[in-house]
Amino acid sequence: MESLYAITTGVLTACGLYLILRSRTFPVVVGLTLLSYAVNLFLFSMGGLTTDGAALVDGAGDYADPLPQALVLTAIVIGFAMTAFVVILAMRARSEAGNDHVDGRKHEAGEGRR
Amino acid sequence: MSSHLIVLPVVLPLVAGILLLFQRQGSVRVKRLIGTGATLALLLVGIALVARAAGGEVTYYALGDWQPPFGIVLVLDRLSALMVLLTAVLAVGAVVFACAGDDERGSNFHGLFQWQLMGINGAFLTGDLFNLFVFFEVLLLASYALLLHGGGKERIMSGVHYVVLNLAGSSLFLIAVGILYGATGTLNMADMSTRLATLPAEREGLVVAGGLMLLVVFGLKAAILPLYFWLPKAYAAAPAPVAALFAIMTKVGIYAILRVYSLVFGEAAGPLANLEQAWVWWLSLGTLVAAAIGVLAARDLRLLVAYLVLVSVGTLLAGIGIGTPAAVSALLYYLIHTTLITGGLFLLAEMIGAQRGQAGTRLVKGRPLRQGGWLAVLFFAGAIAVAGMPPLSGAIGKALLLAAAEGMERAWLWPILLLSGLAAIIALSRAGSTLFWRSTGEADGQRLAHRQWFGVAWLMAAAPLLVVLAGPLVNYTDATAAQLASPESLTRALLNTEGDAP
Repeated sequence: MESLYAITTGVLTACGLYLILRSRTFPVVVGLTLLSYAVNLFLFSMGGLTTDGAALVDGAGDYADPLPQALVLTAIVIGFAMTAFVVILAMRARSEAGNDHVDGRKHEAGEGRR
Repeated sequence: MSSHLIVLPVVLPLVAGILLLFQRQGSVRVKRLIGTGATLALLLVGIALVARAAGGEVTYYALGDWQPPFGIVLVLDRLSALMVLLTAVLAVGAVVFACAGDDERGSNFHGLFQWQLMGINGAFLTGDLFNLFVFFEVLLLASYALLLHGGGKERIMSGVHYVVLNLAGSSLFLIAVGILYGATGTLNMADMSTRLATLPAEREGLVVAGGLMLLVVFGLKAAILPLYFWLPKAYAAAPAPVAALFAIMTKVGIYAILRVYSLVFGEAAGPLANLEQAWVWWLSLGTLVAAAIGVLAARDLRLLVAYLVLVSVGTLLAGIGIGTPAAVSALLYYLIHTTLITGGLFLLAEMIGAQRGQAGTRLVKGRPLRQGGWLAVLFFAGAIAVAGMPPLSGAIGKALLLAAAEGMERAWLWPILLLSGLAAIIALSRAGSTLFWRSTGEADGQRLAHRQWFGVAWLMAAAPLLVVLAGPLVNYTDATAAQLASPESLTRALLNTEGDAP
């Protein structure tokens, strides 16, 4: 369970980081989304993974740490709003600059200028 | 009422922002009245907070009456009170300036402005690491929208960089907070500092990783050397009142570094104490060098001021890097000075640009200024203050910092800081002579509004006032530095049951 969880978070983070470093705005936005998923998963596990426990304190039995759940809810809400904002911003940038390069350039540096 | 005083800097802008949202389509006059009124009220609250904190007592406000370390607390000590008051003073100048017409270039300027104030004040007051993240997001969300206020290609393109970088920074912040919570089991900063003292050795690596990741996040906000590339473009593109308010944003990063590393990773943390010191010291020197080169290379007055903000970031960080109470006191004095003066210079750049026709703020030959005399006087005063020449406030701040450096630090800091000052003098004198003397054609600019004059004069007045009031002010910053150096008083006030929670 732990290793599966760790590998999932790691792969999501790596993909997110790779996409953020791309030069077009769409992959960057997708990368930010993936990264925020990875972060949410990570936050969820920060109090230690509890398997077969109650989500809330329920009598004497095993229970999961409730604080990360509250935090991850906050992080999801904020992340969602931010993603919406950055999508709109990317579209505005696309219409203002005439292309979807993050620097507003027409071509990659290697391709030469128009 | 007085027990709720601590939460007012957060609640007041929040309520004002909501009122302004209702008035979104309403008359300009009402919006300006609410915006300015709320900011002035914030100024009064800030003064009351400083008066309350000046005695040295640490008080806290437990939200929902959940006592620390379980609930979220807002903590008032000398440092947070000072920062809230500084924000309010800066905001008054910026909001009055905006009332001259900048606020109507887009929608809902005043509402966003108030929410940004709420985020900044919250970040200064909170005593909880996750809450710090939330307030960072509040101030960032408002700043994204404010940066784009008025639109235009320049703003949108610099906005993309700013937003994407800060979103990545926020993710990193969450990861760091998660690691620290996992390792210590608490998010309250005071509680975390006591738990670090008894940390099992095998978790030390985790805490170091978390702590240094926080430094990266705060470094991104404060614009330290490898993380500052977003700043000059964004600040130069932002509308003038917004750029002026942004002058405090880098200081939020500085404040967070100061707070987290003095409280959580203070002397009590044992082997983890002063985790950041070595990094911050060398990066601050690097920032100073890079910023000085930027100052010399800038071809636009706004860009020049943006690089001057970076110089101030480097100077402030050097104070943190030295880390003695004397250096912290000096950096707090310099922080007040630089925030107000660079804010004023952003406003002044807008006024100069408005009278030069096509040339705008670019440092090329343009039309002569219609009200050049007064603008030149203000520019001259601002340039002397920001470059750190006597008799204005920058000189005292720099002298205090130079005096605080000892031994090898002195050998590094003195030449770099003084040369960066020289670079500022060269660049500003070149900019001034181009703007005011090299001109052709007829002056045809609009006369500037009184509100704009008031905004600039309000902020620039800090330069002589900080000199006149240097005595009491340095006493206050000395006391603040002493309080920061002994975080036990804060920990004791928070974690014992006696506090004046409502």
